[in-house]
Amino acid sequence: MIRFVPRTRTPVWLSVAVSIGAGLAALALTAIPLALTGAPVFTAFALMAQGAAGNGFALAETLTRATPLIFTGLAAAVAFRAKLWNIGAEGQLYAGALATVALGAGLIEAPSYVLVPLVLIGAALAGAVLLLVPVLFKTRFGADEVVVTLLLNFIVLLFVQMMLEGPMKDEMALGWPQSAPVLDEATLPKLVSGWRLHGGLVLAILAAVLLHVFITRTVWGFRIRAVGENARAARYAGLPVGKAMALVGLLSGGLAGLAGASEVAGLKGYLTADLSPGFGYAGIVVATLANLSPLGVIPAALFVAGVFVGADSMSRAIGVSNYLADLVVAFALLSVLVGGLLTRFRIVFVRRGTA
Amino acid sequence: MPSQGSTCEAPHDPRPLVLSLKGITKRFGPLTANDHIDLDVRAGEIVALLGENGAGKTTLMSILFGHYIADEGSVSIADADGKLAPLPGGSAQAALAAGIGMVHQHFALAENLTGFENIVLGTQSLWSLRPRGRGARDKIARLMAESGLAVDLDVPVARLSVGEQQRIEILKALYRDVRVLILDEPTAVLTPQEADSLAATVRTLAGKGLAVIFISHKLHEVLALCGRVVVLRGGTKVADRPTAGADRATLAELMVGRAIPARERPPSTPGAPVLSLRRVSVGALSQRDRLEGADLDVRAGEIVGIAGVSGNGQGALAALVAGLAAPRAGEAMIDGVRLAGADPAGRVAAHVGRIPEDRHRDGTIGSLSVAENFVLETISAPENQRAGLIRRAAIRARAMEAIQAYDVRCPGPDAAIRALSGGNMQKVVLARVLEREPKLVLAHQPTRGLDIGATTDVHRRLIAARGRGAAVLLISEDLDELFALSDRIAVVHAGHLSPALDAAGLDVRTVGLMMAGHGAGEAA
Repeated sequence: MIRFVPRTRTPVWLSVAVSIGAGLAALALTAIPLALTGAPVFTAFALMAQGAAGNGFALAETLTRATPLIFTGLAAAVAFRAKLWNIGAEGQLYAGALATVALGAGLIEAPSYVLVPLVLIGAALAGAVLLLVPVLFKTRFGADEVVVTLLLNFIVLLFVQMMLEGPMKDEMALGWPQSAPVLDEATLPKLVSGWRLHGGLVLAILAAVLLHVFITRTVWGFRIRAVGENARAARYAGLPVGKAMALVGLLSGGLAGLAGASEVAGLKGYLTADLSPGFGYAGIVVATLANLSPLGVIPAALFVAGVFVGADSMSRAIGVSNYLADLVVAFALLSVLVGGLLTRFRIVFVRRGTA
Repeated sequence: MPSQGSTCEAPHDPRPLVLSLKGITKRFGPLTANDHIDLDVRAGEIVALLGENGAGKTTLMSILFGHYIADEGSVSIADADGKLAPLPGGSAQAALAAGIGMVHQHFALAENLTGFENIVLGTQSLWSLRPRGRGARDKIARLMAESGLAVDLDVPVARLSVGEQQRIEILKALYRDVRVLILDEPTAVLTPQEADSLAATVRTLAGKGLAVIFISHKLHEVLALCGRVVVLRGGTKVADRPTAGADRATLAELMVGRAIPARERPPSTPGAPVLSLRRVSVGALSQRDRLEGADLDVRAGEIVGIAGVSGNGQGALAALVAGLAAPRAGEAMIDGVRLAGADPAGRVAAHVGRIPEDRHRDGTIGSLSVAENFVLETISAPENQRAGLIRRAAIRARAMEAIQAYDVRCPGPDAAIRALSGGNMQKVVLARVLEREPKLVLAHQPTRGLDIGATTDVHRRLIAARGRGAAVLLISEDLDELFALSDRIAVVHAGHLSPALDAAGLDVRTVGLMMAGHGAGEAA
């Protein structure tokens, strides 16, 4: 018989071990349907690993894909820590992207050391304001932020499509619904010439470190943790619950907005309505895999990005559908949730009939 | 090897054994929670189980219930023929089937269901579509007649009073044909009159052959109700004796392991009013727990006690003082400043120390550390932060001092506070509140669920705050506590606060009747 005994504290090594174990378990679970289809399991996994990190170019691709995931993962992590269920990172990402082209595609002409920060701040503000509204609705009127943020995603995407078909449409793009390209002065520098890897990655990692410091070392970070863990006690203690929630909204929305800026100004160069293949939603998965730790978001985003990039490459090589990536990520999510049980409880095996 | 307890039956007690625990030992790592404990309970016997928090009562009961498995020892329970048979460990179903029932301190009732539904819940297959009808009704009616437990079975449990909910809990156990009934702190939430009625019920049930294990901190109840008392301390059984011939002082000493110093309450001359209410109303009219036109002064250097059954307006009073609620009408002043809006941070700034009723829900944040909980109210003060950055070393150092000064038993200032026992958690709250030398202290049920040692400590601290010149507003349902600490006592019933009368001129009966809604004159 198995019993679960609650732990009073969880050692760090255990959290890390559980995360790695969950990743391995996810691969093992994915192997089952893979084997059932008759595909060569080990070849497929080996090709995935190779495609994700087999050479410099593959690794750069994974890092490029991980960049927006780090931003949206941080957006979800900081919000979920405060029990603010922001499902709207996708919309906030597009709001940030829209602000990026609005500011960076010719409206303002300035040297890059002015224009790049301006574009980034504008994008962060656009995402932040987009989330601040649902947060105020939540704290003032008790509106459910899950519903509001989720539905805002569709509104923002339709708004983006409207802008791309109308006022922001690039006349030079042969009729394609896309924006004018951002100026060179607004573009994030490439990290390695010839590769797609760009400065957004540095910003993303910097954001993770800063967020970690903010949450653990500052007064406002303390307030956010307190409000998230027990809003009643925080209110009783006189902590500014509403302001803390508003700040969380600004941070979370701002980070998601930066994901949009990084994709447009770092990678694509212009805005289309298919800029994000669901980075906003994948951020929730990344944050959950990271156990809502800002620093943990970095490896979690790398894992998810690696799985997707690797699966694409594997699929081109042996024809197994790249939907396999979704399967791996889904299994990883389930494994991490089960693994969470191990970090919160000690598992004790007892022989039946003692006592 | 389990140690063999004596199996020979006491010659003077002819009643058959119903339950027998032999040499129960349970270890959690280095801690021995139960060390070779023997306990025999006979049919019709009321046995008190006494012990401080951490003495091993809960572990022992959990083993009995199959929530834990003992490392050594055995549990036997009489079967239908009265023969003792071993109870398989680790199975709650087996314990229930063998006739062990427990009424927990925090009720396990589905509040949206009726009393009847709660009682039959879990006794029928999940596949049956309708609750069992006639047969169950008849059985419950018979149980109610036999035990004297009268309660409306057809309203949602949420609408019943605490005393009535407890009757549903007891009926729930009786409905399952229990032979051993465990009552965990059953009188903690009752008025003296309700407690008397419970005692009568328990005597009736015992008279019909039910074995009752009565867990309580209130020694006078134990002495009045129970025939035998078993005392646990530090995981071992230190006494198993008839209550006849025992007194409160000896039992308390057995529990704590040392003599309990008599509570000293030096005389104190009250100063100017710190809290002053004039015809104050708090809480929406739709709310049950509200205050209507209350007048009250709490002066520096005195403790004013508020007695009343929970939900009669003391919650609203506490919310007002704590800054969670604003007065709807009337004038409320703290230290000469008129209270306008709800403003918990303002109360902290005005030197009001607030000890909330529920330390888990309102007083602490479980996943934060002891040190962080210590500075929860004052995180933005200059000694705790510089330019928005938390001064971790300084906070940690002061938390260490507070841990020393308030004797908080914990692994250290960085341990998550939820790992602490209730008493130690309360000490952290006390340290947070009292270290700032508040002018007004709100102590709302400050010792609920604490053992004698921790309770004595809280009382000592409150008296010390009074001695320092603080005005103390003590809201409690425990009349012993109110009489032990208060200079004056007011009673709240149905939103109306009686004038605060000199505690020396009051007695428990009078206050009990006032709590039930009779006027002071009528009660006297």
